[in-house]
Amino acid sequence: MGKRGSITFWLAIGWIAVVIVCAITAPWWPVPAPDLIDPDLLATPPCVGHPLGTDTMGRDIAARLLFGARVSIIVGFCAPLVGMVLGSLLGVPAGFYRGRPERLILFILDTLLAFPGLVFLLVFTFVFGASLTTITVALGVLTAPRFARVARANTIRFAEREFVLAARGVGAGDFSIILREILPNVLAPMLIYMLLVIGFVIVAEGGLGFLGLSVPSPAPSWGGMIAGGRDILDQAPHVSLIPTAVMFLTVLSVNLIGDAVRGRLDRREGQL
Amino acid sequence: MRFLWGKLVHLSLVVVAVTALTFLMLDHVPADIASEVAGQGATSEDIAAVRERLGLNDPLPVRYGRWIAAAVRGDLGNSFASGQPVVEAIRSHLPVTVELIVLAQLFALLLAIPAGVVTAWRAGSPLDRTLGTVAFGFASLPAFALAIGLILVFALRLKWLPATGYTPLTGGIAANLKGFLLPALSIALVEWVPLMRVLRGDMISTLKEDFILLARCKGLPTRQILIGHALRPSCFTLVTVFGMQAASLIGGAVLIELIFSLPGIGRLLVTGIFAQDYPVVQGCVLLIAMAYVGMNFLVDVCYGLLDPRVLKGGR
Repeated sequence: MGKRGSITFWLAIGWIAVVIVCAITAPWWPVPAPDLIDPDLLATPPCVGHPLGTDTMGRDIAARLLFGARVSIIVGFCAPLVGMVLGSLLGVPAGFYRGRPERLILFILDTLLAFPGLVFLLVFTFVFGASLTTITVALGVLTAPRFARVARANTIRFAEREFVLAARGVGAGDFSIILREILPNVLAPMLIYMLLVIGFVIVAEGGLGFLGLSVPSPAPSWGGMIAGGRDILDQAPHVSLIPTAVMFLTVLSVNLIGDAVRGRLDRREGQL
Repeated sequence: MRFLWGKLVHLSLVVVAVTALTFLMLDHVPADIASEVAGQGATSEDIAAVRERLGLNDPLPVRYGRWIAAAVRGDLGNSFASGQPVVEAIRSHLPVTVELIVLAQLFALLLAIPAGVVTAWRAGSPLDRTLGTVAFGFASLPAFALAIGLILVFALRLKWLPATGYTPLTGGIAANLKGFLLPALSIALVEWVPLMRVLRGDMISTLKEDFILLARCKGLPTRQILIGHALRPSCFTLVTVFGMQAASLIGGAVLIELIFSLPGIGRLLVTGIFAQDYPVVQGCVLLIAMAYVGMNFLVDVCYGLLDPRVLKGGR
């Protein structure tokens, strides 16, 4: 990695650290409450008392960004985790047993991939109610098939290796081989893949928020904030553009980190 | 050919499973469709009558069986909300989505092909790195955020194009295209990135082949080598990614269709879900699943044509 590459890498790490710290410390910042409506200051540009201005309902944009970061960070990190667990549960057995179980699991994966994601998200939140948990689980299920493909491919790669044959030779059962020999090796590529999925999930949650279907209002989400400024884009563009910029920087940083980590791993594998 | 038949059976089963899953999920939505359809002030007898008329009293497998038997004959039922046949609703919304996809993917190719060729030809150069960085930036922008930015610049500030609104083709080609320009660009500016990346990768390996060296030795101009000789054999992954993108856009351009108020499939689907208009939702899901599955099949056929071993031996 060149010098320039490593500078952007550390900038990306820095930005993500700032967003996470903001999400944790959101209630302690000296800004108005995120749902406090100031009827005298509608969609004003940055001013004293409102460092980033107010939205169309007179709510403080900075405060809403801080609390919105909680949603994006929690969903962005937990949904891929859910996807990874579900994906391993499907992908590892598929790669390990091959034959009939593999065909069945591949059929399930194809079905999940062909299923329109939006229908799944909307109906899931209709049935279980829109909350941080349901959105995280729903987005996690949506990412599961892709994780399963990674898990299956890597399981196939490791299932024939000497150490697995050796474990079988000393009488280890299937379950213990999967748990002790396969899973630790499959975990690394899965974690790398997870880094690449985080950005996708933050964008997807933003899209849901844009439709007004993320966390129920008045709780702020970045996507909802972007949508909130749509009608006054001409008079007060900052209402939409500030949350857009924050979301862009966050997704960009996550992608940069994922790309750098993957590059480093690829090089290490190449040397082996 | 046996491989393709097996594939076809597998993919048809996937479509059946997707639609069955939709039925199952919609059945669990906590809402009483019959009373919605009967309208306000309906007596319980009215509601019961509606329930009977829509066939909601039958058990789930019976309802699904009836739906799929009709669907095979090309009848997707009637909308709960408007009474319009679902097939007609899809027929009136599909052209909008198709036009959007065609334009978006055309713009994406116009960006991706020159960028991919140039970055492969000058791999590692400052130009390659700059274009790579720009592409990385666009890949991190959601299409809906791009749409907001494009509206702000081209519709509100420069006033070149309308911000929203759809003019049917009968209202003139120019007006129609004007309405599609910004939505198509919003999608294209995100979609061109993976296209450019795969083209660059394939092109770099093609440029190392012997026939390129031969063309160089013959003294052909670079432009002719790149466009005439190297581009075609490097396009295979590009075509695959292109196809999968186009297929996923049939139901995946919802936000763009909503932002620009284009009456496409995505909007039909979302309004159908909100109105609990299940026949419409089922019809859209069937269309989207078939597009996905159909594109997969096409890709497999293409692989088979290029590498006959695939057809004989399974995967």
